[in-house]
Amino acid sequence: MAMLSFERKYRVRGGTLVGGDLFDFWVGPFYVGFFGVTAIFFALLGSLLIFYDISQGTETNIFAFSVNPPSIKYGLGLAPLNEGGIWQLVTICAVGAFGSWALREIEICRKLGIGWHVPIAYSFAVLAYVSLVVIRPLLLGAWGHGFPYGIMSHLDWVSNVGYQFLHFHYNPAHMLAVTFFFTTTMFLGLHAGVILAVVNPPKGEEVKFGETENAYFRDYIAYSVGPYGIHRLGLFFALNAGFWSAVCIIISGPFWDKGWPYFYDFFLQTPAAIGNVSY
Amino acid sequence: MGSYASIYNRTQIRGPFDPGVPLPKSDQPRVQEAKAFSYWLGKIGDPQLGPLYLGWSGTLSLAFGFIAIEIIGLNMWASVDWDPYAFVRNIAFLSLDPPPAKYGLNPLVPLGDGGWWILAGFFLTVSILLWWVRSYTRARALGMGTHTSWAFASAIFLYLSLGLFRPILMGSWSEAVPFGLITHLNWTASVSVLYGNWYYNPFHMLSIVFLYGSTMLFAMHGATILAVSRFGGEREAEEIVDRGTAAERAGIFWRWTMGFNATYESIHRWAWWFAVLTTFTGAIGVLLTGTVVDNWYLWGVKHGIAPSYPSVYPDFPIPDEALRGAAQ
Repeated sequence: MAMLSFERKYRVRGGTLVGGDLFDFWVGPFYVGFFGVTAIFFALLGSLLIFYDISQGTETNIFAFSVNPPSIKYGLGLAPLNEGGIWQLVTICAVGAFGSWALREIEICRKLGIGWHVPIAYSFAVLAYVSLVVIRPLLLGAWGHGFPYGIMSHLDWVSNVGYQFLHFHYNPAHMLAVTFFFTTTMFLGLHAGVILAVVNPPKGEEVKFGETENAYFRDYIAYSVGPYGIHRLGLFFALNAGFWSAVCIIISGPFWDKGWPYFYDFFLQTPAAIGNVSY
Repeated sequence: MGSYASIYNRTQIRGPFDPGVPLPKSDQPRVQEAKAFSYWLGKIGDPQLGPLYLGWSGTLSLAFGFIAIEIIGLNMWASVDWDPYAFVRNIAFLSLDPPPAKYGLNPLVPLGDGGWWILAGFFLTVSILLWWVRSYTRARALGMGTHTSWAFASAIFLYLSLGLFRPILMGSWSEAVPFGLITHLNWTASVSVLYGNWYYNPFHMLSIVFLYGSTMLFAMHGATILAVSRFGGEREAEEIVDRGTAAERAGIFWRWTMGFNATYESIHRWAWWFAVLTTFTGAIGVLLTGTVVDNWYLWGVKHGIAPSYPSVYPDFPIPDEALRGAAQ
């Protein structure tokens, strides 16, 4: 059985959001539940649609496989299956699967009597995805503004859309998101480092605990945010990275249609800069 | 304790000031006078500020860092003819640039033509390396492993690759990053385009994967620990050596969700490697640019990972010279 030695006592009934006892069981290590059934339905259907779409092309290089969104000419309407309709169905399946996954996580949290922090965090990632393939295409008036589903093609899309705005680094929300990504990663390195360091001391030393973690960061940088604080800080910065990523792509196009470097021209019109910036 | 505490602390406890666990006899004493309790720090984490340990590496690091910042700041101020108003108004755009290409790797460049940049870089680098020594000696003094130091070393490797190793490989200081708020960002934007779009640099791809992966891992880990904090789950070292119900529920949450779970210790190994590899792979990507590959887009076209856009530029030839330096 795929059960941990201490797991059996946690496998209790209840905690479901809908369906009562229906689907309230496990398959191997996985909890099922009503939303497990909907998640597997959407995930399977979406994957099969992707495989079907790829099978209709002649491409043999896995990196070049791509399920493309419809042409801009279809606007917000439905496109024929082989001209982007599959992409639309795959998008519906993806949103359905991601939503089901978040709700299933809530059911698991309820079962275990723990906080809902993980499903809430996960919903920020889903929000970022929905921003790219639903909210921004809706604001721009065509599903063709979504990104293609392919290993290299989605990267090409990122590169191309970025340079349509001359350079995405100058998008202020992108700057914020990058800052949050970098800072989160730095916090993660520091946090993981100190935890591994106290429980893996040098030969002959005893394992250390919280008071030593605090002492290390106080000695090192004069402040220790503490064991609770670091997880709150890490989660907060990580979610902000996702949130500002969503903002930076939603404002690109619907609310700003020039190159992002031009965004700062307003500064040149202010008394702060007049007569001072000569480049 | 059933109080809400996900984003900030509603309650703050003021115990006696924690002077820290004892240090070895060979160390200097901590600066216990540097102490305070901050209400606003207490909102997000521990309210206690200090004590502080200086030591020779910390003192020297701060001194060298101060000199570097003075060189950078005074050069910026000089560039606006010592006008204090212009200095403040234009601070974001002012810059201390590396020497122009004509000097190559000559260390003896006139001060006003990039020599100050070399000096500022030297002092900043010494300061950072001394801070690394401090991260190592402080861990050893407390009888801990040095995992934090080696993670920091990976970030320093990226910093040195940008400012020292790659300029040496390219044979010119002018390839390095300027000191300036906007100008170092401009440098980052330009170097990508100059070398044919860094998105197609596979080590840049890896670095992004680890950067996003680190952020995802911290969201998953931070959320999990906060979710089980009602069972004392934030005391991670304790849970690692003596598993309690917090660690069990945290692990089982992921097992039921995705069929697999890390342990309280192994999640920090995943996290450490993702954070370390972000800067490490990034540094490799930096070192290959201009030295081994001149144009990452054409490199990508040649190796079948980038489209060649025939419909956009039907007659656009790929010059052989652009690919000559590419590793096959």
